[in-house]
Amino acid sequence: MKPRTLYEKIWDAHVVERRDDGTCLIFIDRHLVHEVTSPQAFEALRLADRKVRRPELTLAVPDHNVPTTPRLAPDGTRLPIEDPQSAQQLAALERNVAEFGIRYFGATAREQGIVHVVGPEQGFSLPGTTIVCGDSHTACHGGIGALAFGIGTSEVEHVLATQTLLLKPSKTMEVRVEGDLGPGVAPKDLILHIIGVIGTAGGTGHVIEYRGKVFEEMSVEGRLTVSNMSIEGGARAGLIAPDEATFAYLKGRPFAPQGEEWEQAIAYWRMLRTDDGAAFDTSVAIDATEIEPTVTWGTSPEDAIAISGSVPDPASFADPSKQDAARASLDYMGLTPGTPMREVEIENVFIGSCTNSRIEDLRAAAEVLRGRTKHDRIKWGIVVPGSGLVKAQAEAEGLDKVFTEAGLEWREPGCSACLGMNPDKVPAGERCASTSNRNFVGRQGPGSRTHLVSPAMAAAAAVTGTLTDVRELVR
Amino acid sequence: MQALREVEGRAIPFGRKNIDTDLIIPARWLKTISREGLGQGAFEAVRTTEPDNPFDSEEFAGAPILIAGDNFGCGSSREHAAWALLDLGICVVIAPSFSDIFAGNAFKNGILTVALPQEAIDRLLEVAATDPISIDLEAQSVTTPFQDRFSFDIDPFRKHCLLEGLDEVGLTLSRDDAISSYENSLAAEKPWLTRGTGVAA
Repeated sequence: MKPRTLYEKIWDAHVVERRDDGTCLIFIDRHLVHEVTSPQAFEALRLADRKVRRPELTLAVPDHNVPTTPRLAPDGTRLPIEDPQSAQQLAALERNVAEFGIRYFGATAREQGIVHVVGPEQGFSLPGTTIVCGDSHTACHGGIGALAFGIGTSEVEHVLATQTLLLKPSKTMEVRVEGDLGPGVAPKDLILHIIGVIGTAGGTGHVIEYRGKVFEEMSVEGRLTVSNMSIEGGARAGLIAPDEATFAYLKGRPFAPQGEEWEQAIAYWRMLRTDDGAAFDTSVAIDATEIEPTVTWGTSPEDAIAISGSVPDPASFADPSKQDAARASLDYMGLTPGTPMREVEIENVFIGSCTNSRIEDLRAAAEVLRGRTKHDRIKWGIVVPGSGLVKAQAEAEGLDKVFTEAGLEWREPGCSACLGMNPDKVPAGERCASTSNRNFVGRQGPGSRTHLVSPAMAAAAAVTGTLTDVRELVR
Repeated sequence: MQALREVEGRAIPFGRKNIDTDLIIPARWLKTISREGLGQGAFEAVRTTEPDNPFDSEEFAGAPILIAGDNFGCGSSREHAAWALLDLGICVVIAPSFSDIFAGNAFKNGILTVALPQEAIDRLLEVAATDPISIDLEAQSVTTPFQDRFSFDIDPFRKHCLLEGLDEVGLTLSRDDAISSYENSLAAEKPWLTRGTGVAA
């Protein structure tokens, strides 16, 4: 048999039917649903008198809209959501999951959180599965070796009704990282650097497989961070081959297989790796030893630069359209070419999002903040755990105290200031050192200026009030 | 889904490049639970800052066609962009190129996306300012009252679905036997996948 890539193995295992033009009906093993992209899908099912084919394969959690302020009054009663439209979307999700019989972790449940944190944490996301959600950061679950990608609302309806999608196969791209990451260089720095190299359209039409010793030695949570941002490199999905670390991470989680089924599952999962000699359509090599803590200067995730670097001169780009984009970005960001990134002053800090809100992220930020307080320039700093379980773990370790004693706010789980759909927003004209995934114009609120960073780098910016090389604070 | 065979009418001339889905429908409109009514928010940034925009002109009210520049529908995957166009009464978009996700979302909502070379777009923008335009999906052609005729390509499956008004979910549901057979072999080969969240089916 022809050697196959990991992507091809997962794809082949999910083909229900193949049409003459190459389009395949692909079986979907796991479906995550949140409140923003699902109401119209459920409405369409209702209007056509259709049911959900496999309700046990869908898990619903509200995350985009929910406020991160307390959700329960001291007497235990549920507090109302002030924004009437957000409240209506949440109510619609509650009605829909009840009507169609779908498992739901509601806004006040301990298991509630960001869909992409909850899926792996509950053992719902598993290696070798196909996972979809009406959200482009579904790519995240590639970190445990699942083929996971974002879909539109009509596709949400299609999956609910048929448990399948009509798809054409993607091209394959190998991102091979050689060498070791230096001390103080995080998975987030690595993925920002990779996107800086390949560009935001570099992976368009491809599924990226991240390969090399760095990923084998990386924690599962770090792998989730890397794969999460595949979409910012243009790829609908990312993949990292599952290994013993993946299995150890998943073992015993609520929806993970147990007993004899667990043994059967890991026997299968061990075969999920790219065969020797398998060909990729595109290959990119990265030298890990060159990577420093990395920040963004512009309004596209590809605008990544080492913290030791300076704001680039738009004229330095070869492509005229990139020159224009860089000028517009610097104008929006209020930055002057040649300014060292370490002199960029910050007024806001956001630690959270599906990219960086897991326990290891919070530990990395707390390590920097322990015994320190935020700089006077920092007006607003919030730490938003990725789920209620992450929040409980952090509190058990005393991390919440580290954050609050440093002058940051400790919040309830949700997407929060990553996309500013709930009340957590960065004011116009102000900068935010943010552990999220998109620095688009207006993403964190109208006029907001985002610098994407790792959790430790966000904590360092909180301490100094400027973008800072965290390696100077933690030795 | 509404079948689409021939469309004739005024076409909104809006030839800008890189019209992203944030411009088509801003994020604040994403809090709705319906597909209806998004026309109110469509092109909000244009309508609030450019008094002479074509979307608010009497002349183009209810126009079924939109003519735009390269890379139409780039950015976020929000299907609300397709719904907003439909709510305005637009069922055909003509541009030099489209983002993949937008083109897919448009098709799933019965909107025809027609890709034509920039020269053809320039001519159609000129005609659209004063006269109607016709699209014949069966013949795969765009014509004007001045004898212009431009042919376009379309995926045969998408053409068939649009002509017949076929809904993709309905089509896949007709493959129920194939899906059931896959599910049965999956349950036998990978039993650990079938339980899911454990709710009763």
